[in-house]
Amino acid sequence: MSRAKAMILRAPGINCERETAHAFELAGAETEFVHVGRLMQEPKLIENFAIIAVPGGFAYGDDISAGRVLANQMRNRLGPELLRFVERGGLALGICNGFQVLVRLGLLPRTKPGELEEQVSLSHNLSNHYECRWVNLRSRPNRCVFLDDDLQLRCPAAHAEGYLQSSDPAFERLLLDEGFVTFVYVDESGEPTTAYPANPNGSPAGIAGLTDVSGRVLGLMPHPDRAYLPHLMPDWRREGLEDETESMRLFRSMVQVAEVEG
Amino acid sequence: MDAWRVEVAPKPNLPDPAGHSAELALKTAGLALEGKLRCLRGYLIGSELSAAEVQRFASEVLADSVCDEFEIIPPGEVHRPPAGRICVIPRPGVTDSVAISLQRTLRDCELPAVPTGTYQVFEVPGNHSPEILREKAEQALANEVIQEVLVAETPLALPGPGGEADLRVLDVNLRDLDAAALLTISRQGGLALNGAEMLCIQEHYRQLGREPRQIELETIAQTWSEHCKHKTLTGKIRFEGKLIDNLLKNSIGRVTRELDREFCLSVFVDNAGVIAFDEEDAVCIKVETHNHPSAIEPFGGAGTGVGGVIRDVLGTGLAARPVASSDVFCFAPIDMPQEEVPRGCLHPMQVLRGVVAGVRDYGNPMGIPTVNGAVHFDPGFVGNPLVYVGNVGILPRDKIEKAARPGDVILSIGGRTGRDGIHGATFSSLELHSESEMVSSGAVQIGDPITERKAMDAVLRARDANLFSSITDCGAGGYSSAVGEMAEGLGAEVELAEVPLKYQGLSPWEIWISEAQERMVLAVPPENLAAILQICREEDVEASAIGKFNDSGKLILRHAGIVHGELDLEFLHEGLPRSERQAVYKPSDLQDPDLPAEDKPGEALLAVLSDFNVASKEWIIRQYDHEVQAGAAGKPLVGPAADGPADAAVIAPKLGSKRGLVLANGLNPRYSRIDPAAMAECALDEAMRNLVSAGGDPENTAILDNYCWGNCEDEERLGGLVRATLALCDLAQTYRTPFISGKDSLNNEFRDGDRLISIPGCILVSAMGVIPDVTRSMSSDLKQAGNLLYLVGISKRELGGSVYWKTKGELGRSVPRVEAEYGKAVLDGVARAIQAKAVEACHDLSEGGLGAALAEMCLAGRLGAEIDLAQVKAEGLERSEEILFSESQCRFLIEVQAAKVADLEANLHELDFACIGQVQQAPELHCKNAAETVFRLPMEKILHAFKHPLDLDGSMTGGQR
Repeated sequence: MSRAKAMILRAPGINCERETAHAFELAGAETEFVHVGRLMQEPKLIENFAIIAVPGGFAYGDDISAGRVLANQMRNRLGPELLRFVERGGLALGICNGFQVLVRLGLLPRTKPGELEEQVSLSHNLSNHYECRWVNLRSRPNRCVFLDDDLQLRCPAAHAEGYLQSSDPAFERLLLDEGFVTFVYVDESGEPTTAYPANPNGSPAGIAGLTDVSGRVLGLMPHPDRAYLPHLMPDWRREGLEDETESMRLFRSMVQVAEVEG
Repeated sequence: MDAWRVEVAPKPNLPDPAGHSAELALKTAGLALEGKLRCLRGYLIGSELSAAEVQRFASEVLADSVCDEFEIIPPGEVHRPPAGRICVIPRPGVTDSVAISLQRTLRDCELPAVPTGTYQVFEVPGNHSPEILREKAEQALANEVIQEVLVAETPLALPGPGGEADLRVLDVNLRDLDAAALLTISRQGGLALNGAEMLCIQEHYRQLGREPRQIELETIAQTWSEHCKHKTLTGKIRFEGKLIDNLLKNSIGRVTRELDREFCLSVFVDNAGVIAFDEEDAVCIKVETHNHPSAIEPFGGAGTGVGGVIRDVLGTGLAARPVASSDVFCFAPIDMPQEEVPRGCLHPMQVLRGVVAGVRDYGNPMGIPTVNGAVHFDPGFVGNPLVYVGNVGILPRDKIEKAARPGDVILSIGGRTGRDGIHGATFSSLELHSESEMVSSGAVQIGDPITERKAMDAVLRARDANLFSSITDCGAGGYSSAVGEMAEGLGAEVELAEVPLKYQGLSPWEIWISEAQERMVLAVPPENLAAILQICREEDVEASAIGKFNDSGKLILRHAGIVHGELDLEFLHEGLPRSERQAVYKPSDLQDPDLPAEDKPGEALLAVLSDFNVASKEWIIRQYDHEVQAGAAGKPLVGPAADGPADAAVIAPKLGSKRGLVLANGLNPRYSRIDPAAMAECALDEAMRNLVSAGGDPENTAILDNYCWGNCEDEERLGGLVRATLALCDLAQTYRTPFISGKDSLNNEFRDGDRLISIPGCILVSAMGVIPDVTRSMSSDLKQAGNLLYLVGISKRELGGSVYWKTKGELGRSVPRVEAEYGKAVLDGVARAIQAKAVEACHDLSEGGLGAALAEMCLAGRLGAEIDLAQVKAEGLERSEEILFSESQCRFLIEVQAAKVADLEANLHELDFACIGQVQQAPELHCKNAAETVFRLPMEKILHAFKHPLDLDGSMTGGQR
């Protein structure tokens, strides 16, 4: 069994690529940085990879709205290749700005097989400003093929646009009921919450992450790529250093699925 | 040029946080609103596009199909009805990075890349006159320096392509002028050159037998500016009967030379100081100020300050990768009544909000964590807020040395050149006055962090491929300084027509001295040019060869082949006449006030915790990304609720390694009002205490000195600066901490008619230490009930300049001083104890003294404590308030397990220390003095006092939302 190959996408303003790659490497993957400009010239490069990661950052400065310019580029120039990638069994992860890109691109939540369509939006935090703080997440019963239910994940959120806006309440219900919602912000008692600060953006039902109909694409606002090492956890001096963090296990689980299937 | 307008807003009934924020801002400015304000994003699209194309672009790209609605207004038409609409539009020439992204996106959508622009619209409910709307908008929603406010609807247009450039070769006739006329030329041209310097230039051109050309005079003015040459500190100063020839070299520089620490790899010669990190890599650090631009346009000034110091680090050695930022601000109190704010100054609240947003919106997109900082408030900063921006980088040890070589191509990478920032270097060398806002707006710029990020990515790839022989940043003085510095000892020819411009119409001299942001200059061997241009193309970065280095000793400036200037590099770099200044120091005649006869120490502690200088800065900290790059082992906020203030940042800058850096700082300009020497010593001791508290090693630490002072033509002000410098150097010598970089910003004065407001002289000391393992670092939050509390150091009658006196409206006289040998022993002892794992939590005592330190440790750990003031090792202190609020230096509060007391005491053996109390589970601070209870304060009261004052939108204390 060879190591799974993970493409770490680069683009102007993407800035979490090094730690994302490091986490995937520690999880057992072989990583390669690919700039979106190169990918648009050679879309077939996608076929070399089992995993595509879209890291966090401020792609093209988040001009117009977060992730908009890059998502527009990718949809216009790479849409069919990306759909084929998922359909042939590739896995994709979008973190923070990467999640915003996948949503605007229509790869998430993609509740029906087929075309890319923008079904939800990630819009301004109710506070109307950027905020960096650690949050507690819990995974719900979900369709994602590499994510267990009821996983507790603690990692930092750091964004200005993370409020999940859907076209109507019925669609939001569908996302929750049919396992498209992967992660929710939870309060001290472990219950989903819309209340600040446990939910930093006010997102309805506490929605923090999504998957698609195939369960092969995961996106989330908070950053497991900043919580994959024990000494990055916020209170290790009180709680002691863990052997391995939950975030690291998330990367590992994704790489293992890619290896087993690849 | 006519343009389509597309206006986008959230659909009705969906949240409109931007509208809500604008509503709050207008209400704060005193406008009563009935109903909801709507905020719209406006886009201008060149009229060449068809209606159908604009419709498609708006629905696919500009508006979010899920949550936005939009309206299209055809070119030349106005919006109806116009009542209650405020339009805010950038002035022509102000950087608008969204407009550039719009053009790219037009291309991505296979539409013509027509000119674009952006604006904002605020639809204000109720009946308000256009005059009122304009007044309130200018106060709350816009800054006139960079934006225009429109309240009557006119068709909006895009700025034209710029006018024709004046390409004449201009002489400045000064060979026959007298001294007074020479000064007039300097003043009218904004050159900031003094009489002696103008005479020296005149003499040089008399010898050459010709008049200087305008571009030459401008180059000399940039190069000789206080900003670039530090001519006050490197000049001659007579002080207390002695002649100090070059204060910088003979004090700061001497300490570093004499200490001769092995870890110093490159000091004072490059953009940043460089020390050893591990066997492969070095780390560098630089702190800059961006005070003058931030006073006039806080958002743009602070943002471009951050961008500038990042480029300093990127331009260190053969390029360092930036890994952390720090930001320290000094403002006037944000509750200052408007009538006390001099004409021409922005209100401190507006300055603070703008500066914080500026740092946030540059630092976060760069992907560099802002890990450390401080904010200090004093009314003396009303005309001159201080914005210190710092950056740390990492670079391979074999890439520290650099030198351009004859034949190397001069390659400019990154942003385009516009008229922005012209005369920034000379502007920062002048005092501000009430008209500065109007006359200096050319010196203010808006940053574009993504352009800088792209340039950084390209430069680091080119570095790793060994493609260039030298690099520096374009900062103050633009190309004139960058190319001028790199050409020192060589020579260069520059073709200014090769410089890519943002718009037409720039004269050659404007291109040459423009301080447009996000540009780096590289010296590239010709054989590597193709490879480096290829990297730039891949990274989407503009790069242009603008000239060549040679060995002629001359700097020749051409535009389209025509020579516009020819400068002798030796005169440019060595010709500056040395100044001689007088300096005197007069001790203050201040007195200590009597302690209030009746004071409630518990209430006094709450007041101290609520003082802006002590209160939580969480509202600011959380707007900065302090986690990006996955290195934050010690966060800026600590404890189970992550709201206790950390003493210092601890980062592991190399992925996969636990080797770390501790970054700390110290500053207290309030002490300077009593004695600048005390201010300087305390800044260093505080920086080192903070570093040690977080687990830093005082024996493996380097420091930076950053001065901000008033006008040093004034003998007493200069005397204060000299006195502070000498005190700082004496202490640094004993602490064995070499200075590796520094900066001075003088002339921080504001003139409003006859009234001159000078800042209190201020030195920021930044400390950077290397530690072998970040998991051995320390934090200040209390960990466990039952543990004991030890106070290390002696508490003296030193309340002068204290926060306690400040809360009583007093200053006092007995300002804290540092006994050097003793201070060093305390730092070493506490560091030893932490490394011996005898310490559970550690916090230094600074502003607010023992009372504030203890309260912060309790609230951070959500644990209570019981202490007995009678146990404190004190000299000459009687009243509980004195013990609680003395700001004596060289003190630490330590939490220790009962089982480790012997270990702790063994490590502190020769020092003064005492067990003063115990950690308690009950969430209460119980303070006793022998048998008597001084106060009991419940946790909620402490938290409220500490967290509320600077929580500017109520979000950190769970208020409004």
